[in-house]
Amino acid sequence: MSTAHDTTTTAAAAPAPTTRTGKAADYLDQRTGIGGVVKEFARKVFPDHWSFMLGEMALYSFIALLISGVFLTMFFEPSMALTQFEGEYPATATGQTVSVAYASTLEMSFEVRGGLLMRQVHHWSALIFMASIVVHMMRVFFTGAFRKPRELNWLVGFTLLILGLAAGFSGYSLPDDVLSGNGLRITDGVVKSIPLIGSYMSYMIFGGEFPGEHIIPRLFTVHILLVPALIVALIALHLFLMVLHKHTQFPGGGRTDKNVVGYPALPVYVAKMTGNFFIVFGVLVLMGATMAINNVWNYGPYDPSPVSAGAQPDWYMLFLEGSLRLMPGQGTEWVIFGYTLPLNVLIPAVVVPGILFTFLIVYPFLEARVTGDKREHHVLDRPRNVPVRTALGVAFLSDFILLAAAGSNDLIATHFGMSINEITWVYRILFFLLPVAAFVVTKRLCLGLQRKDRELVLHGHESGRIVRYANGEYVEVHTPLDDQERWMRVNYDAPAPLEIEPKMDARGVKRKGYGADKRWQGLSRFFYEDRVEPVTPAQLAAAHSHGDHDALEAGGQQAAPAAVGSGSTTGTDSQEH
Amino acid sequence: MSDMNHTNDNSAEVTTPAGAGTDVVQSDKFTDPGVPAHRPRLTDVDPRSAKRNERIVTFLFALSCLGAIGTIVAYVAVPPEGSTGSVRLSTLLLGAGMAVSLLGIGIAGIHWAKALMVDTEMVQDRHPIRSSDEVRADAVRDLNEGLEDSGVVGRRGLLKGAALSALALFPLTIAVPLIGSVGGDWNISKFKHTIWKKGTRLALDPSGRPIKASDVNIGSAFHVVPETTEEFRQSHEWITEKSKAVVLMVRVRPEDLKSDQSPEGEQWSYDGIVAYSKICTHVGCPVALYEQQTHHLLCPCHQSTFDVADSAKVVFGPANRPLPQLPIAVDDEGYLVAQDDFAEPIGPSFWERLK
Ligand code: HEM
Ligand code: FES
Repeated sequence: MSTAHDTTTTAAAAPAPTTRTGKAADYLDQRTGIGGVVKEFARKVFPDHWSFMLGEMALYSFIALLISGVFLTMFFEPSMALTQFEGEYPATATGQTVSVAYASTLEMSFEVRGGLLMRQVHHWSALIFMASIVVHMMRVFFTGAFRKPRELNWLVGFTLLILGLAAGFSGYSLPDDVLSGNGLRITDGVVKSIPLIGSYMSYMIFGGEFPGEHIIPRLFTVHILLVPALIVALIALHLFLMVLHKHTQFPGGGRTDKNVVGYPALPVYVAKMTGNFFIVFGVLVLMGATMAINNVWNYGPYDPSPVSAGAQPDWYMLFLEGSLRLMPGQGTEWVIFGYTLPLNVLIPAVVVPGILFTFLIVYPFLEARVTGDKREHHVLDRPRNVPVRTALGVAFLSDFILLAAAGSNDLIATHFGMSINEITWVYRILFFLLPVAAFVVTKRLCLGLQRKDRELVLHGHESGRIVRYANGEYVEVHTPLDDQERWMRVNYDAPAPLEIEPKMDARGVKRKGYGADKRWQGLSRFFYEDRVEPVTPAQLAAAHSHGDHDALEAGGQQAAPAAVGSGSTTGTDSQEH
Repeated sequence: MSDMNHTNDNSAEVTTPAGAGTDVVQSDKFTDPGVPAHRPRLTDVDPRSAKRNERIVTFLFALSCLGAIGTIVAYVAVPPEGSTGSVRLSTLLLGAGMAVSLLGIGIAGIHWAKALMVDTEMVQDRHPIRSSDEVRADAVRDLNEGLEDSGVVGRRGLLKGAALSALALFPLTIAVPLIGSVGGDWNISKFKHTIWKKGTRLALDPSGRPIKASDVNIGSAFHVVPETTEEFRQSHEWITEKSKAVVLMVRVRPEDLKSDQSPEGEQWSYDGIVAYSKICTHVGCPVALYEQQTHHLLCPCHQSTFDVADSAKVVFGPANRPLPQLPIAVDDEGYLVAQDDFAEPIGPSFWERLK
């Protein structure tokens, strides 16, 4: 290994660079070996689809948050010390006793040029950031992008969602105005409701009693150091895993679990991603420039006494607000051995989001278990092809939206002149009914779409052209699907429920673990009992040999029963769930 | 590159002959038709269109430059004069220029990619994520070798235990002082007391003026704080104390007052005047909206509704308990005063509330 010698030979083999770029590249490569990285990534292929933009949007709005946030930190003073507001504008605040944090927020808005712009850009970016995370997560969920090998990246993403909530909450609380103070007060009330440690946690957060003098400096550290550092680290891990796994692709001709079909990083993705960043940032700036948001001087500095009706938290907190509103208070506070257990707060503020978050955490593992599936998946599912997953997703989503709407029920009440009590009761009932209805309807819809796919594959598109046969019969001509479209409609798996070993083993002894197996099988049935199998070439051939002229009746009658549960273990009874 | 287009030898869906079918198709799966053929765009076939699109991209970049310059012009030429309107105008102009400069770059980039860059799809292979068996075997061997090289001669268990204990204990050196201080004095019994005392006058919020019973007319709601010194009201402790001590006081016709919270033999209200804690027993918002006709107090946060004429009982919403009542009386000068602190902790419930 005479390295010195090796280097000279390599250097001699390649002609010395002559251009400026060449020289610079040579300099860099000799010190970093970056050539290998460039070779690896420059022409790496990434699949394309509009929905893959959603994760990017989250990323770009996060960058916008960092840029505008750094601007704001230059002028914001996170102190709760009291001061006399000196500024002339806004006139209502002049001479008021306010906290330094509040005063610096006003000064930043009225005296720092571009300060109000940056504050508004920052707030809009936060709202869009959370929205794109949530929609991105929905994309990943409904297309099954969380399946092996991406389960861990799903968990990284989930953690990012929680961190996003933490970032939004801690930032919202900083200006020390009436809205943010009341938000903190609600948080304090929720924290106190936690059994055993609640009171101490409240002291821990506020450094004593609410509101004290510590909370804003503490939240400031959380907001500008702790949470962003974690988000940056996890985004790095998230994207590293994304590159390692190579992005999933939507199904289509030539796209398999063993390849990636798409465009090369250079030049296409470099241009598109740069372009997208500037567009997202540009739109956020436009929003900040034209749409006023969180004008804290209209609410005034925090004071424990006033509260403005109709004040809304940021949208991503609305579901918690709604959840708190819907819970009936009577009979839900228990006293056990003299200790108070306020279920009227614990259930809506801890249990309800707990159920949602638990569902998100366990879902990928649960689905893999009931599918009995250990393969890698790189081709995405069309949502209709996994009816129960899609239906579960829609069910959870519908309740999330319902709770968010309940978080604005006072606005709805005043706007439509209805009684708050009645609206609340309607919501309380819908909270239980809506997800069930959403589940049933979505599942039906998916199965219906799958049947429609079968029908199209078997009988083609209606052409609208009627021909008359020699025997006098009129039929409509159907045009068969082209290869690509047929492939899109037949290329999916319809897994059957798990098969399990019999209860008794070979010697007639009851098998250990049978009970657990049985339960998993039950769950698996719930997922895969009702299913529509893809058309096979034999079925297509059979449909053709029937002759095209009876295509219409066949489409309506024969395909459907053949389609539902054509697998071996399937019962046709879809009512049982 | 377009020949890469159809290199598709990795296809998973390889046709397998399925028995002696007589039909054309002999498999239980369809065959993957492969990546669809590339359809040329206008810019691929028409050099004039390509040229035109290149000009559009150039124009968009130029527009972006103008936007950036526009922002600087706005910065210099339209300084905010302090009034809300002029701050808004400055915000609008700075932002509009900035948005043009950003969107110009963005739209130019996307248009360039869509109209001009080669748009034939390429196919690359994926490889299983797991490492090969040989690599795994090597990894296990390396780990074992490493462990052996760690050079422990004596009882491994003892060393392991000591090492783990050390690692587990060291965070305490940070955690103990931190936790010790992070909660202030950790005296959570403060939740149970406010600064109301026997004889404290009821004062108006925010002016701090004490209130005479004769000034309280029927139907109106008063936002009340304990009377203190002006100096105390400029301090930070005041905000914390006020957070617990705020009271909402109303006078109802004595015949409308169904009940209050006075225990046997005591009189907590005064001639139809009742004072209740303003801190919602749900999660602690100030209960601020009073409806004269129904005597209902509504918490704007989650709409808990309390009936002031009936012991502040909960009539609707997520709160569970009535608002605690402040026992009041009138002193020699006719001012309203507290008889005592609240008889129970105000505000949201907590574990030790009744202890
Ligand atoms: C800070 C928030 C987040 C950022 C910045 C982010 C960013 C991204 C980006 C840029 C991609 C590739 C493009 C795409 O597929 O859209 C991606 C992929 C992915 N994300 Fe996220 N994401 C975030 C949150 C989440 C959340 C909340 C989840 C789910 C719990 C999640 C799960 C995934 C998964 C599984 C992939 C791989 C998708 C695939 O290969 O098809 N991410 N993320
Ligand atoms: S805080 Fe009053 S209803 Fe929730």
